[in-house]
Amino acid sequence: MRHIISVLIENESGALARVAGLFAARGYNIESLTVAPTEDATLSRMTLVTKGDERVIEQIVKQLNKLIDVVKLLDLSEGPHIERELMMAKVKAEKGLREELKRLADIFRANIVDVTATSYTIELTGHGHKLDAFLEAVPEGAIIEVVRSGPLGIGRGAKGAGL
Amino acid sequence: MELSGAEIVVQALIDEGVEYIWGYPGGAVLHIYDALFQQKKIRHILVRHEQAATHAADGYARATGKPGVALVTSGPGATNAVTGIATAYMDSIPMVVLTGQVPTPFIGSDAFQEVDITGITRPCVKHNFLIKRVEDIAETMAKAFYIATTGRPGPVLIDIPKDVTDPNVRIPYEYPKKISMRSYKPVEKGHPKQIRKAVDLMVKAQRPVIYTGGGVILGDASEELRKLVEATDFPVTHTLMGLGAVPASDRRFLGMLGMHGTYEANMAMHESDLIVAIGARFDDRVTGKLASFCPQAKIIHVDVDPASISKNVKVDVPIVGQVKPVLRDMLKVLSERKTKPDAEALKKWWERIEGWRAVECLKYPPSDKVIKPQFAIEMLHKVTRRRDFYLTSDVGQHQMFAAQFYPFEKPRRWINSGGLGTMGFGLPAAMGVQQAFPKATVACVTGEASIQMCIQELATCSQYKLPLKIILLNNGYMGMVRQWQELFYEGRYSHSYVDALPDFAALAETYGHVGMTIEDPGDLEAAYKEAFAMKDRLVFMNVLVDPEENVYPMIEAGKGHHEMHMSPYLTAERELA
Repeated sequence: MRHIISVLIENESGALARVAGLFAARGYNIESLTVAPTEDATLSRMTLVTKGDERVIEQIVKQLNKLIDVVKLLDLSEGPHIERELMMAKVKAEKGLREELKRLADIFRANIVDVTATSYTIELTGHGHKLDAFLEAVPEGAIIEVVRSGPLGIGRGAKGAGL
Repeated sequence: MELSGAEIVVQALIDEGVEYIWGYPGGAVLHIYDALFQQKKIRHILVRHEQAATHAADGYARATGKPGVALVTSGPGATNAVTGIATAYMDSIPMVVLTGQVPTPFIGSDAFQEVDITGITRPCVKHNFLIKRVEDIAETMAKAFYIATTGRPGPVLIDIPKDVTDPNVRIPYEYPKKISMRSYKPVEKGHPKQIRKAVDLMVKAQRPVIYTGGGVILGDASEELRKLVEATDFPVTHTLMGLGAVPASDRRFLGMLGMHGTYEANMAMHESDLIVAIGARFDDRVTGKLASFCPQAKIIHVDVDPASISKNVKVDVPIVGQVKPVLRDMLKVLSERKTKPDAEALKKWWERIEGWRAVECLKYPPSDKVIKPQFAIEMLHKVTRRRDFYLTSDVGQHQMFAAQFYPFEKPRRWINSGGLGTMGFGLPAAMGVQQAFPKATVACVTGEASIQMCIQELATCSQYKLPLKIILLNNGYMGMVRQWQELFYEGRYSHSYVDALPDFAALAETYGHVGMTIEDPGDLEAAYKEAFAMKDRLVFMNVLVDPEENVYPMIEAGKGHHEMHMSPYLTAERELA
């Protein structure tokens, strides 16, 4: 099962290495990992996506909680939540394809953020599935480069997952 | 009070009540060594290799329950300490290791004796710190001791760049009285509902076994465990790390379990309908094949570390908490219950267990020609049983023989590397124990392979006049490796023969100690008596033992508790009868 885990972690040097090292040392699967500071400068938010059966996920959660730097941890998959991922895709946009790509971007509510005579760079936000669907829809051979942030998640409702 | 960084390091150790530190100086820690030189409260023990500093601090911690402290320099000093740190980590031993680091402006430049020791040790410490400012030293030291000694204990490393300890930079010093961390809140008491659930299962159990590990020793919960065993009349077995929690002479003690455990302990586990696991972590050397582990049993697991629960074996009633308060609560709930453990069922269960015990699985062929290693341990017990006695060991056959044949009556008396299985541990660990208890008798049982991994420490023992008794069970082989090669590799003894051995007795004497060589079983008792009577001298006893004796019973890796190999001697004897 795929799980999206949100971790509030002390903004200390080495904190990210502790998490990454834990996954490597114990052989856990890590699909994506994003980390950035929060509104509180002493804390970072880490969002990671992992896969495993119930027992593996239980161990991952426990082992993460055991790290001294981890302040709070939430398995978002356990409740209703919103997931978003940012993607920037550089595509070949030569004569004859430019209109079609523009229409495609509109359909997906994407933005074209950079243009050259032969290319578009398209920015798109959404659930991972939506980003996958967009890439599917781009004419074959047109993709030059794709950059994805990995998913971020937040629980639904008024309650926050802060301290 | 204004102090330099180096003085703060030392003063913080004093404020933590540290009596001893084991270490080795070098460039990056010179300021700290200079500060050490100018005080009288902490005694520094100069080892001969940094691995020994960490093992000695570890031995001290295991015997006293207080955190052990080691101080080493950057680069090779720090990497040499890693084996000792990993050893302590695997056995959850509270320890604080201070490493020197190159000055902060040089970090990352591949400077002389620079190594990323916080990176290297990250997977084998409970936590580590790199201090970047002199202002952070006091608080970091306080946090390190707090983390090392609370919750599930473990080693904490502090990396201190040289410029941070500059004697010319002085700042006001105040040691934090109390540490509170938002990200680290170790659990104390167990959940009352879970404890009641556990007691529900205990009073209903027909074939219960209490299985305990190092957690009972580390958590100083032997007394509570003994009370629980008495109150329930349940049989109890210990892991290698748990020996001494219940006196070995208690009839309810079944001996050690696992790979080289007793027949009665392993069979009881296999046939049990309720396992009460306390401060144990279901290590593969204990469980054997997971699929056939205690197939009929419900499992209660008490542990301070939630990550230990249901890691290897799915548990029915988890109780997260310190062993001591959990057992106290459990005893209270039990005493308030009207329903007591099922005496009728227990009577039947004990009859079966006594049947397994009657097999006498540890019997070995007696000999008046050659010293059997088992005999050497039995004799050691005979000679030392009335003493205030601590026994450390290295790793291999001699370790298993000691665990099987030396009946430990008290906790913290059996000191060995269980989790990591570190050869070279025994001698430096014994130094730490002797330092902590100068009047006690401290012996190290070792092998001719293990002892050579830290033999340089004979010099340290000489310098600090540590009257250890070293019992080298010398069979000329890496015994456990040879045993596996005999049993699983058709006797191809690939590189397990320890050739070119020194004359150990003579070697010990060149270090200023007493050396003995004992070959005849008839001489052993008198030799031990003579050695243990020498109160002020280290005696190195080179005991030549049967070269090809094996440790039995044995469960092959990947087999279940019921699939033990018994000693061929025992099997042959039974067939004759």
